[in-house]
Amino acid sequence: MRRKRTSGIPAGVPTLSKKDFESDQDVRWCPGCGDYSILAQTQRIMPELGIPRENIVFISGIGCSSRFPYYMNTYGFHTIHGRAPTIASGVKMANPDLSVWVITGDGDALSIGGNHFIHLMRRNFDVNVLLFNNRIYGLTKGQYSPTSEQGKLTKSTPLGSVDRPFNPISLALASGATFVARSLDRDANHLRTIIKSAFEHKGTSFIEIYQNCNVFNDKTFFQYTEKDTKADNTVVLEHGEPLVFGAEHDKGIRLNGFQPEVVATTNGEYSTEDLIIHDQYTEDTTLANFLARMSDTPDMPHPIGIFRSIRHPRYEDMMTNQVRTARERMGDGDLEALLNDGETWTVS
Amino acid sequence: MRKLVEQIEEATILFAGDSGDGSQTIGAQMTETTALIGNDVATLPDYPAEIRAPAGSLAGVSGFQLHFSSEQIHTPGDLCDVLVAMNPAVLKVHLNKLKPNGILIVNIDNFARRNLRLAGYEEDPLEDDKLTKYQVFRVELTQLTRKSLETTQLSVREIDRCKNFFALGMILWLYNRPMEYTMKWIKAKFAKKPQYIESNILALRAGNTYCEATEQFAVSYDVKPADFEPGTYRNIEGNMATVLGLVAASHQSGLPLVYGSYPITPASDILHGLAQYRNFGVVTMQMEDEIAAVGVAIGASFSGALGVTGSSGPGLALKSEGINLAMIAELPLVVCNIQRAGPSTGMPTKTEQSDLLQMFYGRNGESPLPIIAPSRPFDCFETVYEACRIAVKYRTPVIFLSDLYIGMGAEPWKIPQLSELPEIRPDFAVSIGTRNGFEPYLRDPGTLARPWAKPGTAGLEHRIGGLEKSDVTGHVSYDPENHERMVEIRAEKVARIADELPPTEVFGKQEGGVLLLGWGGTYGAIRTTAENYIASGLPIAHVHLRHLNPFPKDLGDILQRFKKILIPELNSGQLLQLIRSTYLIDAIGFNKVQGQPFHVFELESRIDEILKEIGHVSP
Repeated sequence: MRRKRTSGIPAGVPTLSKKDFESDQDVRWCPGCGDYSILAQTQRIMPELGIPRENIVFISGIGCSSRFPYYMNTYGFHTIHGRAPTIASGVKMANPDLSVWVITGDGDALSIGGNHFIHLMRRNFDVNVLLFNNRIYGLTKGQYSPTSEQGKLTKSTPLGSVDRPFNPISLALASGATFVARSLDRDANHLRTIIKSAFEHKGTSFIEIYQNCNVFNDKTFFQYTEKDTKADNTVVLEHGEPLVFGAEHDKGIRLNGFQPEVVATTNGEYSTEDLIIHDQYTEDTTLANFLARMSDTPDMPHPIGIFRSIRHPRYEDMMTNQVRTARERMGDGDLEALLNDGETWTVS
Repeated sequence: MRKLVEQIEEATILFAGDSGDGSQTIGAQMTETTALIGNDVATLPDYPAEIRAPAGSLAGVSGFQLHFSSEQIHTPGDLCDVLVAMNPAVLKVHLNKLKPNGILIVNIDNFARRNLRLAGYEEDPLEDDKLTKYQVFRVELTQLTRKSLETTQLSVREIDRCKNFFALGMILWLYNRPMEYTMKWIKAKFAKKPQYIESNILALRAGNTYCEATEQFAVSYDVKPADFEPGTYRNIEGNMATVLGLVAASHQSGLPLVYGSYPITPASDILHGLAQYRNFGVVTMQMEDEIAAVGVAIGASFSGALGVTGSSGPGLALKSEGINLAMIAELPLVVCNIQRAGPSTGMPTKTEQSDLLQMFYGRNGESPLPIIAPSRPFDCFETVYEACRIAVKYRTPVIFLSDLYIGMGAEPWKIPQLSELPEIRPDFAVSIGTRNGFEPYLRDPGTLARPWAKPGTAGLEHRIGGLEKSDVTGHVSYDPENHERMVEIRAEKVARIADELPPTEVFGKQEGGVLLLGWGGTYGAIRTTAENYIASGLPIAHVHLRHLNPFPKDLGDILQRFKKILIPELNSGQLLQLIRSTYLIDAIGFNKVQGQPFHVFELESRIDEILKEIGHVSP
């Protein structure tokens, strides 16, 4: 039943370009918005996925990011606030051959849609979720969001927000997500690589994308995304590699008891052998949780890359299996027999 | 002694006890047997929301009423001929439902001082003079059951759980019904626990033999089979008929069924029922909440399946945003609302018709939707099938507005032939259509339905959503004239469904006199009432609406033909409001909002008054 995915483009599928994935609609985000880059990288990577355009569906909720499907020349459904995961689940269940993408934001996925988000993660449908995190409500013109830092001054919190923020990576891990990653709107190559890995993962893939809202929350992630500060404030996760970072590759992350800490690898006290070696394929979530918590800890670099990528059965496969098994055991549904099931009597 | 058998036309029995006493089970078994031997039958389960309320308390009383007859009947009966009371609380709750001189069977083993106190009796009600107007049978149901099962290896607790079958054995004797169907059911039910097969059958036989041996009842009764149209019949509950209607619509249309739901009384049985039919390709998804349940159904419809969701009033409140999305996206969707008593959580196990206006108006913006309501348990099959047909043909959500009373009630159903089922044609878009490329809002000029292009179809890639769309192209549009045009088109699309509705059946008097106008689960009570008047030669007519939006085209003319229009509803007058505002007619409401169905006598007392006003006197 399932279309086999290969890294190359299967015979018979015409070669497509980025242009083939651009719809005829004018893109209407604010000039300078991080969403432009995410759209461009998505459109660029699509031809490399090797699936026909008609089999791709983009589904979104409400918010700036959720306009995304209108700009993709694929099937698309711009739905209602927070509910995209539910509609994506229905689309995927009814036709598991489709490549289904959910575009969402921090408010859409974690506030109004928080319940659907966690349940999508645990069910493990083979859908890809791109969460554009800009730590602000943009479309409603600048209220704090569930990822805004505590004390955030916004129109709705003139004295500072009192809510503590969610960590989207921790939330996804706690919900049993099988693929959890983080990338940056301003790192085109990394973003494309992660999107492609998400696509290749068989199960729900979750990518948190740090995205700049230059109108309502400008530069919120700049220390992680800009050339002069990025190397010292992020650590790139590579499976099997030690967690080394810094402009001079001179710092690393070591576990001190249950606490990750930054150590220098050049003063002789520690070497790369003392550092955490990243293992994205381990079933146990302890390491991924340590890594996730780093972005809540002051003075720790924020990990980018794949936190976790494990294989679990997919919802749609298990459900399809139930249908197939029932048909094998009981035969294809016979409606006449069904209506006449149980005790009947005939009046002549 | 030879058994004296009296022929009677009909009987109504109410089994009642604690929630755990098994009244629902024996009520259903009596129904099954009675239907199988050819009577017409109608049932009313009446049970508490608590799974096990404190034993012996008033809150814990669970009842099952059934009415069977050698004639066609439409209701579970107003008053009962027999009341089986497993404890004193039952007397407190249900004794007023027993006819004078009716048979009262009490389990006196449950009438100890403690039981009386739990039911709030100071004195033993069995000693009360008021009981002299009934035929009271004091039966040591618990002790007799224990005695008849003393050879089994079961514990006293297990034995006591069989006493409902002792009671059923008595009732089967009293009404000359065979035990074989119940025995067959017990064997199937306890196939994996054979010790309970023996014990329940022993208890059933013991109850039967007890009546035979003690000659407690002077006579027994027989109700001859009713006159049914030729055909094959089965007994069916409304929710099960809904399940079968949905499976049939999926099967006949070739559209796989995806049912999204969240457990809620009294709609859960639809989820349970559908979950059994994976071999029909039926996918049931129990979701995290009501919103997700409608969401997966919408997603499935977008993908080209038959998306269905089901719930009850509070769930519908949560789904309204999703339904509105499907409305503006113009996707097929069937929404089942099995109404219960509201507002809010209300009375979850009691019936009501109070969601009609919620279904009409409970969404933001102008959001017209077809609404259709089944009138009786078996009618759920045809009505939900019709909901699927309209949803697919017109690319719109359709509300299937059932209620607890018919959802959980049961009656005989003449099983339809597959060839009688109307065609449901998905007619998916397969080609681009115009020189301008694929236009997702280019409509069928007749039905105004837009194309249904499912993902996976090359060349038809398009985007839809909740933002207003430009006519024809489907692009996002804030154009003022376009918005107004789209609002009008969406209303017109629903209005045009009336073009294909059959002429409305007017039962009884065709003009003049009093028209009883009803909808949904009040059919039985209204029809029985109408039949009674018509038999007495009084000018009464009955019209029962299946289609509530749009109304049938001939309804306005029909209403004009009568002197008085009475609209009985289990709400404060919701159809009444719609009829008055639509047709500018001075219709009268007759309303009951008690969580209970209408009794025929209640309707009759109001109708008598109206008849008197127009110069007729009821005999």
